[in-house]
Amino acid sequence: MPPVRNRAMDPTPNLNIVIVDENPIRAAILEDGLREAGFTQVVRIGETANLLARIYAIDPDVILIDLENPSRDVLEQMFQVSRIVKRPIAMFVDQSDTASIQASVDAGVSAYIVDGLKKERMKHILDLCISRFNAFSRLQTELERAKSALEERKVIDRAKGILMKAKNLTEEQAYALMRKTAMNENKKIVEIAQSIITAADLLR
Amino acid sequence: MSGERLHIGFIPLCDAAVLLIAVDKNFCADEGLDVELVREVSWSNMRDKLNIGLFDATHLLAPVAIASTLGLGHVKVPITAPFNLGINGNAITVSPELHAAIEGAAAGDISDPLVSAQALARVVAERKRRGHEPLTFGITFPYSTHNYHLRFWMAAGGIDPDEDVRLIVLPPPYMVESLANKHVEAFCVGAPWNSVAVDLGIGYILHFVSDILASAAEKVLAVRSSWAQENPDTLAALVRAHGRAAAFVEEMANRDEVGALLAAPNRIGVSVDVICRTLDGRLKIAPDGTVRESERYLRIGRGASRPDPVHAAWLYGQMVRWRQAEFSLDRLAAAQQVFRPDLYDAILGSRPTPRAGEPADHIGAFVGPPFDPADVARSANPKG
Repeated sequence: MPPVRNRAMDPTPNLNIVIVDENPIRAAILEDGLREAGFTQVVRIGETANLLARIYAIDPDVILIDLENPSRDVLEQMFQVSRIVKRPIAMFVDQSDTASIQASVDAGVSAYIVDGLKKERMKHILDLCISRFNAFSRLQTELERAKSALEERKVIDRAKGILMKAKNLTEEQAYALMRKTAMNENKKIVEIAQSIITAADLLR
Repeated sequence: MSGERLHIGFIPLCDAAVLLIAVDKNFCADEGLDVELVREVSWSNMRDKLNIGLFDATHLLAPVAIASTLGLGHVKVPITAPFNLGINGNAITVSPELHAAIEGAAAGDISDPLVSAQALARVVAERKRRGHEPLTFGITFPYSTHNYHLRFWMAAGGIDPDEDVRLIVLPPPYMVESLANKHVEAFCVGAPWNSVAVDLGIGYILHFVSDILASAAEKVLAVRSSWAQENPDTLAALVRAHGRAAAFVEEMANRDEVGALLAAPNRIGVSVDVICRTLDGRLKIAPDGTVRESERYLRIGRGASRPDPVHAAWLYGQMVRWRQAEFSLDRLAAAQQVFRPDLYDAILGSRPTPRAGEPADHIGAFVGPPFDPADVARSANPKG
């Protein structure tokens, strides 16, 4: 175990931060954010085997963990009577800022900090986590949306091809026909396109 | 209050059965409750989401309900447990190597927990003499029956669980892997993880925890005490739905339907067979296929639903014994008041009925004097 640094003597402690997250992309986004904010000692742990031993070896001031990680329960053991020098506390212990706790749970991140760490400093880190976690889930939603848009595009193109061949239409005519049908039947173009593909498969 | 929306958290374990059935058989809907079940991954999340009000109620480790009420290691949020979801249900599984070592050191039949605990003490002493690393045991949470059962058993054999062995917290889904790659030599966990280890040939079920205590509250239906006070009608509706669900689960004729509902991927998500064997108390305990049956292995319904403050007192006694909590009569009273048989009786119109074969002290520990809640400080510390 490394020697315990005396934080009270150090006016600008460079915090040791550990990120426990099995999602490497989200962890990287968070790490970037922390580095940009001037926190240079950031360690990512993705693999959760022997988690506690690894955390003790790093001896962090702050531990950030995603709430979907079952290993969160492992961290709870740090609160037990033990031979560990530092006694971390959970963010939740300080209930003065319910809104920020709620926001962190909604975002899906939880923080454990060493007792005695300045609250404002921690709030800064937590706010950063929340915005990065939220940014990540927005990114994921957008990615999903882009993926399904691409899928729809493929379906429409295939249906267009079927129509062009079967009815000897140009591409524009085929698309216009599908759009008109969709409007008449109060459906989406992709639904009409899917019906065309299904029908073509059946009639083949 | 019709269509009242509730968010209730659960961990995918067999002892969430009554809650899951209460929702999936529409017993909650019949009471005018629109329940959204949320599957959780950790007890820490469960506790925090209950505490800050994201959940109205949860499937919860009984000791966590007490720890939260007493503010142990965390925020102090008083919890009310009007319904007991399960009694017992955990087991101690050891690696084949440790099983052989315990058998080799035993002065009798190791199905007797005193014999096995004393044998384990000899194994531990021998390892120390040889300068080997201490044995490591996996538990699921610091405030868990798993932790207390293991400690109670070891201590009876003369082992100091804090000095002679290592107890580490592992999420239940990682237990089996940790036993396989020798991060732990043993663990205490609920269904289905003991069976999974036995089926893989990497573990022996040494004891059901019902060998150590005949009766111990395992999981409760937990709500914030403030919520219970503000929503008495909703609480009553929820408890009534649970009463019906417990009766449904304990009826053997419904076993297949219960198994199928619980096995669904968005519920417990394991095979119907494993769930039914767990509810039946019929477990394979050795890789050679030996099966052991016990009606005490896990009790759901069958007289287990009425919260018993004696169980709460025993759990608090263990918290004191293992230095998680300081002793005071006020804390003892607060711990006991988490368990609310009065609410249970008032809502379900029931009265306490002694069950045949139950231990007189409500606990039935395998060693030590009968448990007496009035003297937790003494009786929670039997000398073995």
